[in-house]
Amino acid sequence: MDFVTRGFQGRPRGRDDRLPPGQYLTGDFPVLSAGPTSNVDHDEFELWVATEDGTRHTWSWAELMALPAETVTVDIHCVTSWSKLDTEWRGVSLDTLLADVETAADFAMVHSYGGYTTNLPLEDLLDGQAWVAYGYDGDDLRPEHGGPARLLVPHLYFWKSAKWVRGIELMLEDSPGFWEQLGYHDYGDPWREQRYQGD
Amino acid sequence: MARAAVPGGLSARRAWREATLVERRPETDSAVTLVLDVDGWPGHLPGQHVDVRLTAPDGYTATRSYSVSAPERGDRVELTVQRVPDGEVSTFLADGLAVGDAVRVRGPVGGWFVWRTGQPGPVLLVAGGSGVVPLMAILRARGPGAAPFRLVYSVRGPDDVIYRDELAVLAATDGVDVRLVHTRRAPDVDKRPVGRLRESDLAAPGWTGEDAPTCYVCGPTGFVEGAADLLVALGHAADRIRTERFGPSGP
Ligand SMILES: Cc1cc2nc3c(=O)[nH]c(=O)nc-3n(C[C@H](O)[C@H](O)[C@H](O)COP(=O)(O)OP(=O)(O)OC[C@H]3O[C@@H](n4cnc5c(N)ncnc54)[C@H](O)[C@@H]3O)c2cc1C
Repeated sequence: MDFVTRGFQGRPRGRDDRLPPGQYLTGDFPVLSAGPTSNVDHDEFELWVATEDGTRHTWSWAELMALPAETVTVDIHCVTSWSKLDTEWRGVSLDTLLADVETAADFAMVHSYGGYTTNLPLEDLLDGQAWVAYGYDGDDLRPEHGGPARLLVPHLYFWKSAKWVRGIELMLEDSPGFWEQLGYHDYGDPWREQRYQGD
Repeated sequence: MARAAVPGGLSARRAWREATLVERRPETDSAVTLVLDVDGWPGHLPGQHVDVRLTAPDGYTATRSYSVSAPERGDRVELTVQRVPDGEVSTFLADGLAVGDAVRVRGPVGGWFVWRTGQPGPVLLVAGGSGVVPLMAILRARGPGAAPFRLVYSVRGPDDVIYRDELAVLAATDGVDVRLVHTRRAPDVDKRPVGRLRESDLAAPGWTGEDAPTCYVCGPTGFVEGAADLLVALGHAADRIRTERFGPSGP
């Protein structure tokens, strides 16, 4: 190590191999959003998936609740350097939502109530890697954490797990979402520290 | 949404740079301003932050975000750090780092929570505790003759006001209004009953939703949630409210 901050020891530590580089553990659940918390009622909620030819699939809140749900325990990693281990979520796998959707797309733009967007490769949403989550820690997902429903893609930095999710646009070509246009990484792998464009 | 221009090429902004402390200025009992000299700093916009990385002898690093508290000035980068009890990085920066010592920084980071010179329209700044830091950078960047600015600044008590003297001077400037909100202890002259930020603190002639100021809300997460909800309830459009959340607990 070529650089040392004089006098800095840091907290006592046993390095946790579940912690990606540059991350620290928190017991809290910090909140990162660009604006106010959106408050979306269940009766106005509608989730849509749109394919590249414009076909739309939609689910009302009741229809979403009627889909088979999973409870998953995952570690989450925020780009602002906190990680939280063993968080428990309940929601519907994207494999379930996308099962009958016909598409040749390789990319997805996820849209939120409030206008937020984030882009991901479609393959990162499949194979048991992503959920539309509406429960957290045995309870309903609270609005400041993205309720009524948010995307959950725990293997990428947490801004990819869009809060207040309302739709998934399937695209043939990649295009940057909200934070990605502002210089954050298009992919966002915490294990490779892909925080900003070019990392 | 257009791709927003921010200072510094991408590779310049993500490089870790050595930053040497050249001056420390106590602001309150628990907050200190650190003036760093950052070799080759690419410049920044008011509202942006940097990542600060501390490195221990065994290679362990701790990284936290800190907002820049003053507009661009060559290689000088000013941060104001509020000591968090038992905080790993904030206590070291506030107490351990001496003039001449170096840390590493990278940035600037953030292209949304920024104010650009010449940006039209009034500006409403709402700060909780150390959330005043990036808002001070914005206030300091306001030139004479610019649109009106208003700062509503929530503090526990009179001793917790960061930048107190400078804010008093700014408050006497044309077009700038500063309102302190005391949550626990207030000076005797203050008629407002102590307590958390409420609608009447934010509602003022010229500062309604219809006046359409751009609102910048910054502070601990709970404070930002509450203040942004109040602004929405007062009729401010959600897309005019920009937020920056510093961390878990409230003032
Ligand atoms: C974009 C951004 C900009 C920021 N700008 C500034 C700034 O200009 N000035 C500044 O002082 N801080 C700022 N912060 C907060 C800063 O990054 C750190 O979170 C803070 O200094 C605490 O770090 P620590 O290592 O001392 O505490 P940690 O060791 O991480 O935490 C110690 C304890 O304090 C709690 N805690 C953590 N953060 C906070 C907090 N912010 N408030 C209260 N309790 C907390 C933790 O839950 C924990 O219990 C900013 C944060 C963000 C995300």
